[in-house]
Amino acid sequence: MRVNFTVNGRKQEADDVWEGESLLYVLRERLGLPGSKNACEQGECGSCTVRLDGVPVCSCLVAAGQVEGREVVTVEGLADFAKQRAEGCASGACGTELNKAQQWQAKPADSQTGEGSGLSPIQQAFIDAGAVQCGFCTPGLLVAADELLERNTSPSDADIREALSGNLCRCTGYEKILDAVRLAAARGEAETAGTGV
Amino acid sequence: MDFLRPASWEEALAAKAEHPTAVPIAGGTDVMVEINFDHRRPEYLLDLNRIGDLYEWEVGEKTVRLGASVPYTRIMENLRTELPGLALASHTVASPQIRNRGGVGGNLGTASPAGDAHPALLASGCEVEVESAERGVRMIPIDEFYVGVKRNAMAADELIRAVHLPKADGPQQFSKVGTRNAMVIAVCAFGLALHPETRTVRTGIGSAAPTPVRAKEAETFLAAALEEGGHWESGKPIPPSVAKQFAQLASGACNPIDDVRGSAKYRRHAVGIMARRTLGWTWESYRGNSYGTQGGAQCA
Repeated sequence: MRVNFTVNGRKQEADDVWEGESLLYVLRERLGLPGSKNACEQGECGSCTVRLDGVPVCSCLVAAGQVEGREVVTVEGLADFAKQRAEGCASGACGTELNKAQQWQAKPADSQTGEGSGLSPIQQAFIDAGAVQCGFCTPGLLVAADELLERNTSPSDADIREALSGNLCRCTGYEKILDAVRLAAARGEAETAGTGV
Repeated sequence: MDFLRPASWEEALAAKAEHPTAVPIAGGTDVMVEINFDHRRPEYLLDLNRIGDLYEWEVGEKTVRLGASVPYTRIMENLRTELPGLALASHTVASPQIRNRGGVGGNLGTASPAGDAHPALLASGCEVEVESAERGVRMIPIDEFYVGVKRNAMAADELIRAVHLPKADGPQQFSKVGTRNAMVIAVCAFGLALHPETRTVRTGIGSAAPTPVRAKEAETFLAAALEEGGHWESGKPIPPSVAKQFAQLASGACNPIDDVRGSAKYRRHAVGIMARRTLGWTWESYRGNSYGTQGGAQCA
């Protein structure tokens, strides 16, 4: 079957989709977006977390046919998504083109000049806090943590633990991951301080 | 495999009547696991995501009509006052990602003894609204809904539309045993609801029998003890001997098995402990006239 849906703000079409296929499979194998990771395939690990109509879900548990006409944000589009959330989308050209998403790479800010970052605040915070070890769980954690900070700009430790409770890190780097979310929250608050936001 | 995408409830019923083997899929948190692991290859998947009605709830004077697909996240956020037991149980379901997708309809459809909603549903005394194109709506009392291991009282052409739950008229609690707070299939679970208006109590036990069950003897005993001691009026503490007997009867209502998550002996013991604790929590709330949705942090 054919599935039409929006990925990272752009309309996409996936063809020859098997009826029992997951959204995760469509993203990785049909659209060439391997950022969302495939691990447990049963909703235990959170590595495949994406936003579906704004809500974090395990894409391995969403049937491809269920996303017809709906909006998905993957980790490849997270930086643009966060930028447009902060600055709005005046140009009308929102989202991330598929070929750009396919080639997306994490390029942190220059450590000397602090310039040139194409990263969302949460991505930069993960790098700065040393929250990335083998990196396999990172995309799912980034999507989940970004959504947490979107609805709660100053989360407590309990809030962070709860929001990330569905994401497993087999390197067990949880402390640094918590540090990264705290760092992103603190930076967000510093940025909006005095602006009345 | 065929993917059926009804746009309305009527279309869904028609599709289910035409293809009784079709497997309904809403949140997908049970069905997709079975498909991903090749445990199931249904001829038809019946997608219920486009039926908006299933995602709505109505708070009436006496009851809440909860759409079958209302995600657990929504229940936690919006129905904590009306359905405290179910809201607490919802909070223990897996992880945020799963709670954003899964709903009570899925727990009922799968009818696993380990489904987290079941103890709360049994304790509340709800009714399940199922419907078929041919015979229309049928209300199934929750006590008659679970008929075997992963089997429920539904016919092949029926779909779950909603659950009708009485609004809480007293404190309700839920407790669950597992190895961590998230992503846990219950080793066993216990739900308790006090119903001061009728001076009754209801219970629900999960993962400790072939189906979710009530501890009916424990309920009858406790209701009689509360009545006899004038506890509903006075609000005085429940004697330890009564709590102990209630726990033993709850434990006796179990018919568990040994499996990878725990032994039968452990489950019986743990259900007794949870019965005693939830009784303590709910009774404290009753005495303080708050409905005690906080629970959790206390210990007994």
